[in-house]
Amino acid sequence: MTGKKSKTQLSAMAKREERWAWLFIAAPFIGFLCFMAYPIIFAIIVSLSRWTGINSLWGNIVGFRNYIEIFQDAKFWKSMLTTIIYMIGIPIGMILGVTIAMGLNRKIPGRRVLTTMYYVPVVSSLVAVSILWAWVFNYDYGLLNTLIKFLTGAHGPNWLADEVMVKVAMIIFMTWKGLGSSIILYLAGLQNIPRDYYEAAEIDGAGSWAKFANITWPLLSPVTFYILITSLIGGFQVFVEVQVMASNGGKNYSAATVVFYLYEKAFKNGQLGYGSAIAVILAIIIFIITAINFHGQNKWVKTID
Amino acid sequence: MSKSKVKTATAGKNDYVTDKVVTPKEKAINAVVFIVLALLAVIMVFPLVYMVLTSFMTKNQILSGHLTLIPDPVLIGKYSEVLSKGQFISGILNTIKVEIPVLIVGGFTSSLAAFAFAKMNFRGKDKFFLALLATIMIPFAVVMIPQYVLFTKLGWTNSLLPLIIPGLFGNVSMIFFLRQNLYSIPSDLMDAAKLDGCSYFGTYWRIFLPLMKGALGTQLMLWFMGIWNDYLAPTIFLRSEANWTLQVVIRSFNSYYAIQSDYALIMAASVIAMIPTLLLFFIFQRVIIESIAISGIK
Repeated sequence: MTGKKSKTQLSAMAKREERWAWLFIAAPFIGFLCFMAYPIIFAIIVSLSRWTGINSLWGNIVGFRNYIEIFQDAKFWKSMLTTIIYMIGIPIGMILGVTIAMGLNRKIPGRRVLTTMYYVPVVSSLVAVSILWAWVFNYDYGLLNTLIKFLTGAHGPNWLADEVMVKVAMIIFMTWKGLGSSIILYLAGLQNIPRDYYEAAEIDGAGSWAKFANITWPLLSPVTFYILITSLIGGFQVFVEVQVMASNGGKNYSAATVVFYLYEKAFKNGQLGYGSAIAVILAIIIFIITAINFHGQNKWVKTID
Repeated sequence: MSKSKVKTATAGKNDYVTDKVVTPKEKAINAVVFIVLALLAVIMVFPLVYMVLTSFMTKNQILSGHLTLIPDPVLIGKYSEVLSKGQFISGILNTIKVEIPVLIVGGFTSSLAAFAFAKMNFRGKDKFFLALLATIMIPFAVVMIPQYVLFTKLGWTNSLLPLIIPGLFGNVSMIFFLRQNLYSIPSDLMDAAKLDGCSYFGTYWRIFLPLMKGALGTQLMLWFMGIWNDYLAPTIFLRSEANWTLQVVIRSFNSYYAIQSDYALIMAASVIAMIPTLLLFFIFQRVIIESIAISGIK
């Protein structure tokens, strides 16, 4: 690093290098300023206003009134609760993911084909598979209810029109969509655990469960942590699934998520101020999760070295 | 965790559990595991298979209410019906019109910046990089209202520009991965190029760009899929139906044709919309899965 040694007196050559480097990173940095930094500052200002996009922004500054209203807004809390309920799928997906990954880590035929099959939903278009699952959950003719009728003779539930079942349906769908990526991540994690650890444990007479509890699971903790954090951040942003499968937010708004509510407020009702305030709250939540990520990693995560 | 380590791991050379002598008991366990995993895998892809099957069914069969899986008779007419719809074709064209400039220009700006971050010395390097990295954590939902306001003010919402212009400035996760990739290439090349009087841009263009071809290709592929499957940004930013991208079109097909119970048509449209990304995935699955695996253990 020549830059550090002579901060005040850069040689002509180092100066030239620096100017070129700044030029090379200029595009992403300008993009960052225009489409990220500026919008965030703007969102914070708008969140303090009753701006609709038509009236004047500066003439309608109301301070924290939007935030106060949001905290008393039953619909906001309902959509927040639903968002969190959908996250039940995260631990389910992690348990299934680690179990399947451990199976795939054994010497079984067709591992690559199986891995591909599990991963296909991940790379499929979210809109297309949401449409597909809306069809699978169709009350009269959907795959699931015809299957239930075929097996039990009784008619299945009205999945997407029932306040509780719509949540079950969404959790099933989201777990299906995301399972492949936790399998891949766990599989990579498993393959990084040195084999000697297991051999040493076997000499000590450890059974399968002891090996899993004392070696596998602790050493997979970085992967578990990564999946947990990314799924939480993703979980707070669920939108497309709801818009396609329950486009009005479901019966009594039972399927709506926070981002769905934000979208409706801002782009359907034109309440840009109120919508921005929800966006800022969302940003704070995700910031806190990320901060926990940075601090918690040292505390809870065990690594091989 | 080094990249090469992950590579050998995912290539399946390290069967940590059963590398040694396989006992009959192990063999039996593996057989059971295989059957269970295969069954689960079939359940996983079954909805997608059902989607394809439905697209070939007649309306009568779909609405029979009985459990039928095999289309009888097989109807391929829905595919030609979808492809003859102007809106569907224009959706595909609009998506391509976004993909091409973004991938070419954005791929260039991202790889150039990655080169500067990995191989050049300049003040503020770490700060600039951290600022960029922070944007990965900012959800789109947070900036979509201000971006919408900005694009409206600029008069872009009657065109595809809101989807194209931001992409031209590069993609942060791509910069991150290419930078990691460049670290594995010796910096001696940089010094040698300097001694030869090669310009900085020449060093990037003639030496390092060819060396990061593979990583760049993988990242461009992932970005292609991301743009192809994007839905939220297009729904918000595209005012006129003429500019709708493919995902917005199939979603509008869904609400329009579901009322007419024309599920075969909806499924046919969705199947076509999924083909390009799935095809790419099947061809390049190894590199795609590797780069996903790396993201978790880096």
